[in-house]
Amino acid sequence: MSEPVVQVTSLRKRFGSHEVLKGVDLTVHQGEVVVIMGPSGSGKSTLLRCMTFLEVPDEGTVTIDGRTVTAGPLTKERMEKVRDIRRHTGFVFQSFNLFPHMTALENVMEGPVTVLRVPKAEARRRAEELLSKVGLTDHMHKHPSRLSGGQQQRVAIARALAMSPSVILFDEPTSALDPELVGEVLQVMRALAREGMTMVIVTHEMAFARDVADRVIMMDDGAIIETGSAEQIFTEPREERTRRFLSRMWRDGAP
Amino acid sequence: MELALQSLPALARASLVTVGLAAASMAAGLAIGLVTALIRIANIPVLSHLMRAYVSIIRGTPLLVQIYLVYYGPPQFGWSLEPVPSGILALSLNVGAYLSESFRGAIESVPKGQMEAAYTLGMTYWTAMRRIIVPQSFRTALPTIGNSYIGLLKDTSLVSVITVTELLRQSNVIIARTWQPLTIYLTAAALYWVMSTMFSYVQQRVERRVSRHV
Repeated sequence: MSEPVVQVTSLRKRFGSHEVLKGVDLTVHQGEVVVIMGPSGSGKSTLLRCMTFLEVPDEGTVTIDGRTVTAGPLTKERMEKVRDIRRHTGFVFQSFNLFPHMTALENVMEGPVTVLRVPKAEARRRAEELLSKVGLTDHMHKHPSRLSGGQQQRVAIARALAMSPSVILFDEPTSALDPELVGEVLQVMRALAREGMTMVIVTHEMAFARDVADRVIMMDDGAIIETGSAEQIFTEPREERTRRFLSRMWRDGAP
Repeated sequence: MELALQSLPALARASLVTVGLAAASMAAGLAIGLVTALIRIANIPVLSHLMRAYVSIIRGTPLLVQIYLVYYGPPQFGWSLEPVPSGILALSLNVGAYLSESFRGAIESVPKGQMEAAYTLGMTYWTAMRRIIVPQSFRTALPTIGNSYIGLLKDTSLVSVITVTELLRQSNVIIARTWQPLTIYLTAAALYWVMSTMFSYVQQRVERRVSRHV
């Protein structure tokens, strides 16, 4: 098998006396789509955030695209490596976090121009391409405040894509959206998955997971409790805790 | 009334000095305020403490005393500054301290997710500040900046005590000649009011323009 794009080993993180990640291992290969599920507080968001050092893990290592950072305080040297990883890792937030003082186009151009020093004209061409890809050609020159949540999240996905990342991490990308806007975001993500983008997605959208996930990971209480295909996890979960979580999800109106 | 009209050209000229003093002090004060706020937020060792002391001293002492100190203090060490530069220096240091507090509040009010989004693009702390956080904080701080400017416009009258011929000192000069303080001071007051009101109007326009995208 090819070299993995993402390799996380024995990642630990505690907030005060609470251990949020209790030694998590995760390997993601080129073109793979991994969906992480689990109850709130199970550590799935923290895992994603630790992978780009938005939270600094206490122990373990993160390797993305051959670049390895060990856990520990952000010294100058480690920070250098962290930034290198971030440049090659897309991150899509639950609350979009678009830059409100910039238009959609400027949001998408910002990373390439400011961080990668891509010439403006070139970055602009590429940003326009990406925005048309997520169906926002007509809204390119609007500021985020004039876009719907679904549109904002699609801009955020284009912004992540503009860095030509090796992998994109999605942290509950549709949880902040009105139900009728969820579909347009998932559609964009489906298209990316089909194109072979490597993705790690924290989500509660089960139908979507069944559709695109090569692998579903169940987390509970800071650890991975079960891994398998969506089919296997959803229809014949091995773990009691998985079963309990899923039955709660079905009851709460998942499709 | 006639005297008011007669003295108007001289007072109007002096008003220009007032506006100039305020504008120059504001420009320097904005720079001082922003740098001070950034140093304190980034918690740069030593500098951060110095800036905190600076803000505390400025806020805890009268502007008039600060003006006297800046103008009459240095000559004691054989070092002196002309009245106008002294005035601008004192006013800048004063308004800068207050503005640093507004900037600090505005920068801290930018949602945490903005810094995180900048980080995920691979930006350094200072690049993120420059490109993402500070531009947003300017919008938040704009009303306070405007109010500080109006305050400053009026505070410039204090530098009349160190012989800067701005609006108030010019008024005193005319009064010394004509002995009609009521007329002249009222005219001066009217001119201050006109300047403040005109600026308020501009401020409102700018705020409306800027707040469209927030």
